[in-house]
Formats: sequence, C-alpha cells, structure tokens
Amino acid sequence: MSDIRTMIWKETKDSVLQGGWSASIRPLILLGILGIFSPWRIGPKWLALTPLAVAIVLVIPLLVILSFVGDAIAGERERHTLETLLAGRVSDRAILLSKIIVTTGYAWGTALLGLLLGLIVANLTKGQGSWEFYTQVDLLLETLALSLLANLLGVSGGVLISLRSATVRQAQQYLIVATLVLVVGVVLALKAVPAEAIASLSASQFWLIAMAVLAVLDAILLGASLVSFRRSHLILS
Amino acid sequence: MPEPIIRTEHLSRSFGTVKAIDDLSLEVPAGIVFGFLGPNGAGKTTTIHLLLGLLEPTQGRAWVLGFDTRTQADDIRARSGALLEFAGLYERMSAEDNLDLYGRIYRMPAPARRARTKELLTHLDLWDRRRDLVGAWSRGMKQKLAVARALFHHPPLVFLDEPTAGFDPVAAAALRDDLANLVAREGVTVFLNTHNLTEAETLCAQVGVIRQGKLVTVGAPDALRARTGGPQAEIVGRGFTEPMLATLRERPQVAHAELHNSHLLIALRGEGEMGPLVSLLVHAGAEVEEVRRGKASLEEVFLTLMEEEQR
Repeated sequence: MSDIRTMIWKETKDSVLQGGWSASIRPLILLGILGIFSPWRIGPKWLALTPLAVAIVLVIPLLVILSFVGDAIAGERERHTLETLLAGRVSDRAILLSKIIVTTGYAWGTALLGLLLGLIVANLTKGQGSWEFYTQVDLLLETLALSLLANLLGVSGGVLISLRSATVRQAQQYLIVATLVLVVGVVLALKAVPAEAIASLSASQFWLIAMAVLAVLDAILLGASLVSFRRSHLILS
Repeated sequence: MPEPIIRTEHLSRSFGTVKAIDDLSLEVPAGIVFGFLGPNGAGKTTTIHLLLGLLEPTQGRAWVLGFDTRTQADDIRARSGALLEFAGLYERMSAEDNLDLYGRIYRMPAPARRARTKELLTHLDLWDRRRDLVGAWSRGMKQKLAVARALFHHPPLVFLDEPTAGFDPVAAAALRDDLANLVAREGVTVFLNTHNLTEAETLCAQVGVIRQGKLVTVGAPDALRARTGGPQAEIVGRGFTEPMLATLRERPQVAHAELHNSHLLIALRGEGEMGPLVSLLVHAGAEVEEVRRGKASLEEVFLTLMEEEQR
C-alpha cells in the first residue's frame, strides 16, 4: 500500500501537476464544455439529468483520459524513466495500479467537478427562484457509478495499449482506433438487442445491466494489464 | 575470505540465436570499484540486467549481496542502487522531488530524505538549483543528479552503466571526480560498466574484460598490464636506422621495437635493462636526447586482449 501511495504521489507530480499551462488547456476546455457550456445550453433541464446530460457526463471524462493515458507507459519508456523505475524496489503492481488510480481519479474528478459546476450554471440559467439540487438523486448516483466504471474501462484499456506501444504517438493512434471500435461495437450491440427487450426494462434495470457489463469488461482489461506488466517483458521491449 | 558481493557461475543469456552472455563466471569482492570493460554490444548492459534480476538467465546462476537473482531479485533491487544507460530522471519534476521520490520508494522517513537531499546536492554543487525542473538542466548536471539518486538510500552496492558515455572530456573528467569522491565517501561497492579505459584506470581496483558475451580476463589493472603488456621504453633522438632496429630486436630483453618519426618505441621483456640498449644505439651512431620508461596503458592492454580474442 505504501508503494502505491508513493507512486500515486509521483504520478500526480509528474503527470497531472507538472504538465504546465499548455498541458492543462485541453482538460480545462473539456471541463468547461461539461460544467459550463452544456448546462448553460440545456438550461434548467440539466438538473433532471436528461439522456443528453448523462451522455455528456459520461463522454467528456473519457476524452480527458484519451489525452493522458497514452503517455502512461509509452511516455515513461520514451523518456527512459521506466527502466530506472523497474531497477528499483517498487513492485510492478504498484507502478501499474498507481497509473490506473491517478488517471481514473482525474477523469472521475472531472465528472464530479463538471456536475458541481453544472449545478451552479443550471441554477443560474433559471433566473429567479430557489436553488435546486439534481432532481433525481438515484439517477445522479447511477450516473456517477457508471462514469467511474466507464473511466476505469477507458484507463485499463488505455494503459494496456500504452504498454504495448513503443511511443506515445503510436499509443495515441491505437487509442483512437480502439475508441472507434468501441463506439461502433456498442452501437452494434445495442442494435442487436430486440427493441422490445430494451423497452421492457425499467431505467434502473438498464443502468444495472450497463454497470454489470462495464464491471466485467473492467475486470478483464485490468487483469490483462496486470498480467502484461512484467519487468522482464518491459526491459526487453 | 569474505563472501564476494557478486558471484556468477556459468551465467548465460541468449536472445534468439544470439548469445549476449556466454558462460560468465565472475566474483566481485565487496568495497571496491569493479570495472566491466568491453566494446559496444559486448554484453555489459545485459550483465547488469541479469544481476538486478530484470532478466532471467538462460543458463547458470548469479548471487548478488548473497541473494539469488532468479528467486530473490526483489531483495537485490531493494538493497542496491542503479544508474542505467540513461539518467532516467523525471524532467517535469524538480531535482529535490526526483530524489524525494526515490527516498520514498526506498521507504526512508521524511526527515532522513530531506537531510540526504541536502547532503548529496550540496556535495555535488547542485543545492542552489534544487527547485529547478530537471528538464532545464545540462546533461552533466542531470547525470550528477542521477548518480546522487543511485546512492540516495545508502545502498551497499551500486550499478553504473557507462555514466560518462557521450560526455566531452572535461565534463567526463568532472563527473569521474565527483563519482570517485562520492564512492570513497560512501564506501559502496560499484559495478561500473564502461568502454572508457581512462575511467577504468582512474576508478577501478579490479577490471573484467568482456567481448561478445565472454569474459576475456579479470584482475587488477596493474596485474593485467603485467600479464599482457610488459614495461615499455621510448627513446627520443636522431639518426635511428633500420639496421639499428634489427639489432635491437635481436636482443633478448626486447620484445618489439618500432620507429615513429624520431621516437623509438620499445616493448621490453621482464625488467629489461635500458643501459645496454642505449649504449648500442649510441655506438651505432644515433643521437639520443631522452629516454623514458613506462608501463603499457590499460588501453594497450585492452587492445591486445581484443586482438588475442579475435585470433
């Protein structure tokens, strides 16, 4: 646990805080779209978490992940810091899990901050009247849970891709392809399910199934990353 | 006799059909700087990877600090320091954060980390720049910081893989001085990979010479000189002729003689007294201005060994 804490400290210093102003612009723009622009355009309905609002809360943090995760392993390899790290006493697992925790936390933090900003902006668009919280708290919690699982999926898959890429550029190219495959896959999967079957599900049941599918995919990708992240493989690559 | 800090027995590592390390049996005593000399691609870096347990040997075994590299690699890495081929510093972090990270990795308490950072950075004249991002530093400064990082947690053994490679002579000499001071002060054993013979001659109590994965020889630099290159003499003057050289070559104490401009270079056998040789030259009509005696440099020893291996 102490190793993971140390590596989280390092990841936060090296990746999140030290990228400089230019590196912060993209996440800030994405946060602006999620927390300010979208609630302002959708207006007070944002507080009811319409399907469009939920989709934005789910997708924007994934874009944040896309801008960071390619660097996770391939970046360290490119900057020759990985070999030195592997020659030290910190475990493979601590190195990998810290990267996953920090990137997932950063993306999920963006979702939380975006929802908080959205709450303020949506209330401001209402004009006069009392301040309201999100009207469906259970949907808010389900959205947050789904966002966490989706982010973990994005990060685990991203780290796996970064692990197998020689350079950050190559990792980013693979990530774009993987994202397209994922989007097309989800659309095709939803189309393959009979419309009556989807219609017969309550909203809560639908969310639960989506979460269960994501949890299984998370476990598979996380397991694959842990298996692939081995010192001897990384030194040879 | 104390247990060697590094011991390998018939250690081999292949990559496909290429044997990077071939039947390496070696013992490194504690408390010295051991130079592992060899040309590029000789297998020096692979040896460090094997000793740190980052790679598994194809055959043979190795023990470092008494731990088996196959089964106790974590213990080895927990007790040693390493500066590998690249400095491996986090360039978006400050110098003190880079050292602090490795202090945390080696579970040093915060006050000890702060004190050690100050001690090492002050010693290396980097203390005033401790808050700079390392990316803004010169290559020499980065390499000094990387040396400090390798020694940060007081390891009894440090692996250094060509620490001055690619440096200009002045920067390399400065880094070597820093390295020598630090190593003497800290009392660590150093396994130093190098193809720089000056470095090996300056720093190492023992050297091992490796070529194409095979250990060619091992010993103290002086012992290697005695084994491969005997004493030498250089005579400066005028009027040296081919017949004089032929006569010299016939003398039992002369192993080899050759003329370079007005410098006559003679490789001697045994102690090889110079008086009779100088007298012979003067009587034959040469004008001798200066006679210098010396030992073969490690570079000459190294080249001789490489030539012998190639034959």
